[in-house]
Amino acid sequence: VGVGDQLLQFVLSGLMVGGIYALIALGFTIVFNATEAINFAQGAFVMLGGMVAVALYAAELPLIVACLGAVAIVTGVGLLFERLTLAPLRHVSVMNLIIITIGAFLFLEGAAMVVWGKDAFSLPPFSGEEPIRVLGASFLPQTLWILGTTAVVVILVRLFFDHTMLGRAMRAVAANRFAATLMGVNVKRMVACSFALAAGVGAVAGVIIAPIAFAQWDRGTMLGLKGFTAAIVGGLGSGPGAVVGGLLLGVLEALGAGFLSSGYKDAIALLLLIVMLLVRPEGLCGRRSAGRS
Amino acid sequence: VRGDPGRLPHRAALAVFLLVVALGPLVFPTRYYLTVMIFAGIHVLLALGLNLVMGYAGQISLGHAGFYGLGAYTSGVLTAKFGVDPWLAILAALGLSAAFALAIGVPVLHLRGYYLGMATLGFGIILHILFVELLPLTGGPSGLVGIPELTAFGLRFNTDLSYYVLVWASVGVVLLGAVHFVDSRIGRALRAIQGDETAAMLVGINTWAAKVLVFVIAAVVAAFAGSLYAHYLTFLSPDAFGFMVSVKLVVMVIVGGTQSVWGSVVGAMLLTILPEYLRVLEDYDHLVYGAIVILVVMFAPSGLAGGVERWFQRRRRAAAAPVAPAEA
Repeated sequence: VGVGDQLLQFVLSGLMVGGIYALIALGFTIVFNATEAINFAQGAFVMLGGMVAVALYAAELPLIVACLGAVAIVTGVGLLFERLTLAPLRHVSVMNLIIITIGAFLFLEGAAMVVWGKDAFSLPPFSGEEPIRVLGASFLPQTLWILGTTAVVVILVRLFFDHTMLGRAMRAVAANRFAATLMGVNVKRMVACSFALAAGVGAVAGVIIAPIAFAQWDRGTMLGLKGFTAAIVGGLGSGPGAVVGGLLLGVLEALGAGFLSSGYKDAIALLLLIVMLLVRPEGLCGRRSAGRS
Repeated sequence: VRGDPGRLPHRAALAVFLLVVALGPLVFPTRYYLTVMIFAGIHVLLALGLNLVMGYAGQISLGHAGFYGLGAYTSGVLTAKFGVDPWLAILAALGLSAAFALAIGVPVLHLRGYYLGMATLGFGIILHILFVELLPLTGGPSGLVGIPELTAFGLRFNTDLSYYVLVWASVGVVLLGAVHFVDSRIGRALRAIQGDETAAMLVGINTWAAKVLVFVIAAVVAAFAGSLYAHYLTFLSPDAFGFMVSVKLVVMVIVGGTQSVWGSVVGAMLLTILPEYLRVLEDYDHLVYGAIVILVVMFAPSGLAGGVERWFQRRRRAAAAPVAPAEA
């Protein structure tokens, strides 16, 4: 196997994982735009997506129903979380908001462990396990599902923000909260919607990765961190940035793990996060002034 | 130490603190009590530093266990693998921790928002990965053994009682430092940042430098706590410095109250001692800690200390006297 073939192989598997990171990053972006807070619970929504899909499938529901059902249920969990914890608070500082999402992350992880135990579960691949061969590299059919689903979700989210009243109201809140209030936008409702939407997008990521990586109660920390890194690399708050950041992170990580050492795979991503924060905190697609005081 | 009006009187708190620490071993003369209290003291050190970052610099650090581990492993590796004098190794640990805190804090604290939380989280997890992967130095997942005990002026800190004294004397020093710091010019400046950062800058406070200073101090204190941990157990395993440890430290500070030095003391002790009695809940720790965090922020955002301070204020107003009697 030549270095060229290896390279292609790593890029392909990197793009696949990168699609997952892009979706998770999109979830961070949605909540950040509505609240300026980093939603630490995002990783738990991803984990729950996979776990609920596995549970529904084990209850003998058809695979497609289990997957869609998991996304719907986790969207509900996101909404419920916002309604129960954030909505009753009248004035909550961004710092307290972040701390509450850390609490929610721990709580959801703990709850998943109590319900499903510490075992790892997996879903069957959506269309077989026969690898597809291209130019000396091979990839699983699930790769196509992941990239396809990512593309569809990104486009749907884009259409939602551009062409629906609700989406445009959410963008108004992101642009200027006070002005949005004056224009009659119910800011609190938009915050609730952003958490529901972020949970739903996160759950999609959790569901489509379940056939190739195990679903387990503690998988949310690393996935959440990678998604956040992708969001920072692309520019926190930027939709296209989330996609660019996700794919880039996925490929860099795969190359690093392939050519350097797999033990340091996670460290590569986190190092990228820190370097990005130090060198270009506004990200690749962010505005230059963003974030600096 | 003079506390300003409306806050918990420091003198009363200090008296209670000294009494509890001195009488503890007499009332409960068991090894078990001493061991638990030594860990509680180490956690108090960590929480005191983190409290300054969260309550006074207004930033979250989610990688505090990273600095803790950096201190522990620097002490452990230098003494066990290279035979360096323990006190020199501790100095190296403090210096290394300060250097990392500067490297992260200087650029990241220039940013508006809560990027420090994520940068430190990344830093903490990278260090944890290094503790596991750098086998020849750290011993990897199976741990680092052979760390010597501390000695000073012919004294060997090799019994639980002597170590108890060492740890809690350190806590006393750091505590006094923290109380003075909070009431110093910089401490008051930082409280101003909490109120309104723009206003604080407009009256000439260098908010960035103040935040960096606090972050570095917290990192140095955490590294010292790590060194104490290393020389007490004489054995290190990466598990003691994982992400969940960072989270538990944040919970200690929140439960105690982010704006209160004494709150962190109580929060850290409470959350070290209570789990000892609630072993049944061990498997539910994520669930329990998550619920505690959400409930405290929702219903008692100023923590235990906030509640106690309000009680003092009410009593003071009822007595209509400017100075409260120094008793608790």
